[in-house]
Amino acid sequence: MPSETPPRTLAEKVFAAHVVRRAEGEPDLLYVDLHLVHEVTSPQAFDGLRLTGRGVRRPELTIATEDHNVPTTDILAPIADPVSRTQVETLRRNCAEFGIRLHSMGDANQGIVHVIGPQLGLTQPGMTIVCGDSHTSTHGAFGALAFGIGTSQVEHVLATQTLPVRVPRTMAVTVDGELPPGVTAKDLILAVIAQIGTGGGQGYVIEYRGEAVRALSMEGRMTVCNMSIEAGARAGMVAPDEVTFAYLAGRPHAPSGEDWEEALAYWRTLRTDEGAVFDREVHVDAGALSPYVTWGTNPGQGVPLTASVPAPTSPDDERALEYMDLRPGTALRDVAVDTVFIGSCTNGRIEDLRAAADVLRGRQVADGVRVLVVPGSVGVKVEAESEGLDAVFTAAGAQWRGAGCSMCLGMNPDTLAPGERSASTSNRNFEGRQGPGGRTHLVSPAVAAATAVVGRLSAPGDM
Amino acid sequence: MDAFPVPYSGRALPLRRSNVDTDQIIPARFLKRVSRTGFADGLFATWRAQPGFVLDDPAYAGATVLLAGPDFGTGSSREHAVWALQDWGFRVVVSARFADIFRGNAEKGGLLPVQVPAEAVGRLMGLVEADPSTEVVLDLDARTVRAGAGPDEVRVPFEMDDYTRWRLREGLDDITLTLRNDTDIDAYETGRSRFMPAALPIRS
Ligand code: SF4
Repeated sequence: MPSETPPRTLAEKVFAAHVVRRAEGEPDLLYVDLHLVHEVTSPQAFDGLRLTGRGVRRPELTIATEDHNVPTTDILAPIADPVSRTQVETLRRNCAEFGIRLHSMGDANQGIVHVIGPQLGLTQPGMTIVCGDSHTSTHGAFGALAFGIGTSQVEHVLATQTLPVRVPRTMAVTVDGELPPGVTAKDLILAVIAQIGTGGGQGYVIEYRGEAVRALSMEGRMTVCNMSIEAGARAGMVAPDEVTFAYLAGRPHAPSGEDWEEALAYWRTLRTDEGAVFDREVHVDAGALSPYVTWGTNPGQGVPLTASVPAPTSPDDERALEYMDLRPGTALRDVAVDTVFIGSCTNGRIEDLRAAADVLRGRQVADGVRVLVVPGSVGVKVEAESEGLDAVFTAAGAQWRGAGCSMCLGMNPDTLAPGERSASTSNRNFEGRQGPGGRTHLVSPAVAAATAVVGRLSAPGDM
Repeated sequence: MDAFPVPYSGRALPLRRSNVDTDQIIPARFLKRVSRTGFADGLFATWRAQPGFVLDDPAYAGATVLLAGPDFGTGSSREHAVWALQDWGFRVVVSARFADIFRGNAEKGGLLPVQVPAEAVGRLMGLVEADPSTEVVLDLDARTVRAGAGPDEVRVPFEMDDYTRWRLREGLDDITLTLRNDTDIDAYETGRSRFMPAALPIRS
């Protein structure tokens, strides 16, 4: 790097390394290194290719999986819902026609699109990664620039392997200090969103920095980046470091031999330069954090679990309280739940399941509480079973399911009934997200498991 | 997408409603389709269920220009709203005001959004209702809409930026435009690092 290059942020470096074409008055044309595809947002894009007689430019830089609609029980039976079945069958036909790698139900690598990319080693530092799905931000945990796109853009990427994009603004979220014991990546990101609001990251790529972020595992970093979109950001990133490299080493699609050395040398340059300027900076004190829970209907409506339901300060708050059937002043630890969901692209990886199992081991789920444990991928499922976690869950009275998005959005049969209340490790507590009329409290896997045991919102320390 | 003829002439259908949101243009239940075409039967489906809705009036069969009240295309950003109008056969929508996202989606997909004052839309509707065979003429070069003759003639300018006009006139969607620069893409690809991953061949 010549010394006269002005200092740049990580996001700016990755962006600049992918500009195919730059012209006055037009967005930059950006090269896409990896395109992830699932059954819900891709059908019209493939149809568009057929209508215009175009092909897929780089099928080998594209990977598809079935996740949103898949049932988590009895996966070899035909999908009962005709719409879900059609979407899955259409994806299979499209992938066969255009020569795209697909992981179907029953396949050893099937799973949530944002879980399988990292697991296969396809998600690597410095890449551009897109998917017709807002939680593509997850992959930023590796120092990739990863963001969600619309269906027309999916078609654009299929046809050209590029996308017209304007240079994003950058934001630094620096988490100083150390997370106290029992406080997890999920609590951290819920606290960040509560602090900056659901619009606080609007138009920015967030880079998470600081001691507490460096101390997170890759899976914890993925949890944090995953929910960047819930703060309104386009993407979230963490600069790659030894933790990243150790995670990648030996994965099926990670570089090996000489390529590994070359890649490593490049990856080590992927950090924000001293003196680079962010458009916005936010600081968070890790030491002051504790387990978090949402009380409302957007992910920014979160408070420490030890707090009470806050008094409304806006009509939105009032509406949220009414929907959630909560009164200000009620201690959150007094709120009883019907269902606990452990899974999703936020918290459906092996460390999440281990954390939940550690709490449930030798304990029983409270009477009348339904607990679903849904691994994020078949790979995670197999790993959990090899560690005996499935036995821990079933012995405690939880249901051990197949891999998929499941109750994160209820496109498959796993839904809340109207009025039911859940503690969920997913990322969205929107009205009706987990089923019409369902009420969602977002929590970490450890809090979800403790809540399952107590029957009310609880941290492991409360049991 | 097809190049937009200059001038373009077509018969019109008057939709005397304002604030037509995308949920009305295509109700959510039709979004489950997996194709990009075949949305015509979803177009204004709720309104079409009521007898006498103008879309099914045989007098206007074959119309390709939709004349609508102000604030057309508000609400959800669904691209399906544009696809449904195009599937039905519309190539132009004339309104006094469009929602931003709808306008963007329309321009992207080659459906011409023509914004003219409400008074002019009203006169166009009057002409078409008096004689459904009236041809409405759009001229992308002159950026004008005209219809009728003699004292009843309507002739109004509309606004459109040069870049959008050029794209529509040439029939260039974003993909076509990008493909014009595919030598840049080729050049970029030759410079990509050897260590960048590929999903194929499958490794395990
Ligand atoms: S788990 Fe939830 S948030 Fe993640 S991809 Fe699936 S539906 Fe989207």
